[in-house]
Amino acid sequence: MSDDVFEFLLRLGDNTLVLGHHLSEWCGKGPVLEEDIALANTALDLIGQTQMWLGLAGEVEGKSRTADDLAMLRDAWDFRCCLLVEQPNGDFGQTIMRQYLFDQWHLLALTALAQNPNNQIAAIAAKAAKEVTYHCERSAELIVGLGDGTPESHARMQSALDLLYPYIGELFETDATDSAAHFDPASLRSAYDAGLAATMAEATLTLPDSRFAHKGGRTGARHSEHLGHMLTEMQWLQRAYPGATW
Amino acid sequence: MTDQQEWPLWEIFIRGQHGASHRHVGSLHAPDAEMAIKHARDVYTRRKEGVSIWAVPSAQIAASSPSKKGPMYDPAEDKTYRHPTFFDIPKEVGPM
Repeated sequence: MSDDVFEFLLRLGDNTLVLGHHLSEWCGKGPVLEEDIALANTALDLIGQTQMWLGLAGEVEGKSRTADDLAMLRDAWDFRCCLLVEQPNGDFGQTIMRQYLFDQWHLLALTALAQNPNNQIAAIAAKAAKEVTYHCERSAELIVGLGDGTPESHARMQSALDLLYPYIGELFETDATDSAAHFDPASLRSAYDAGLAATMAEATLTLPDSRFAHKGGRTGARHSEHLGHMLTEMQWLQRAYPGATW
Repeated sequence: MTDQQEWPLWEIFIRGQHGASHRHVGSLHAPDAEMAIKHARDVYTRRKEGVSIWAVPSAQIAASSPSKKGPMYDPAEDKTYRHPTFFDIPKEVGPM
């Protein structure tokens, strides 16, 4: 039971950790100063949420591992993030599409989790939902602005959607780990699809026909090759100088 | 962004937690008004600086020119009757 809850908390914390790290890679490279700041702020929000989720995961596990230990000293096969957030930044359009596809799910998931019988999970979810409401508004607005923008921005957003759409199916797979935490991702799908369809219609983007879904991230069965590369960069300092602080 | 126009400039005004009026805090670029407010939120209010944001297109602000400072403001100086400094103002009144 507590093993399942530990796994479940890793799923939430690893999602925000990996996505937050990817967003932080834009720092200093944003297309315009205002977007650079906005992406960095979003990254900080997500890393903040990671501290709460992985901090609670460490408590639940009871082996006195801290959030930092879990973030910096696990290898790829121990991560439980979805494949969507592992996908590399690509161009700005790809980053924003990944962000929107995740934000929309994230907001629904946190709203549901805010009612979780586990008080600590509910409290973290309620706190995070405030930040994610803003993330979701922002990324949806950018999707519309860029999708319904110039021919070039439209084409880039469409190819980003085609590339990333096969990664959302995994977000709605309910398994024993979710059930143990009283969470049912499958129940979020219809609200998600409705929101997605509305945003994409306004952005003049076409949703792919196929519902084929890549899977394996949330269970740790099979991560994409991108995760290992990201962790190498993210963890090297802590690995090279164990216990380093500043 | 080579052959395309830059985003327009916006002036950002923020009402602080305790202040009564919006104050100018700076400017930023954004494609439209909604995005200007979002950018302002990210750039200027991340430390809880405000409770309300105004974004005004910079192009819509008519401003006096610093080079015309002389003609605009100087003449007031030698008209002492414009400065009611001859009265004793009770402390309770405060600055006028």
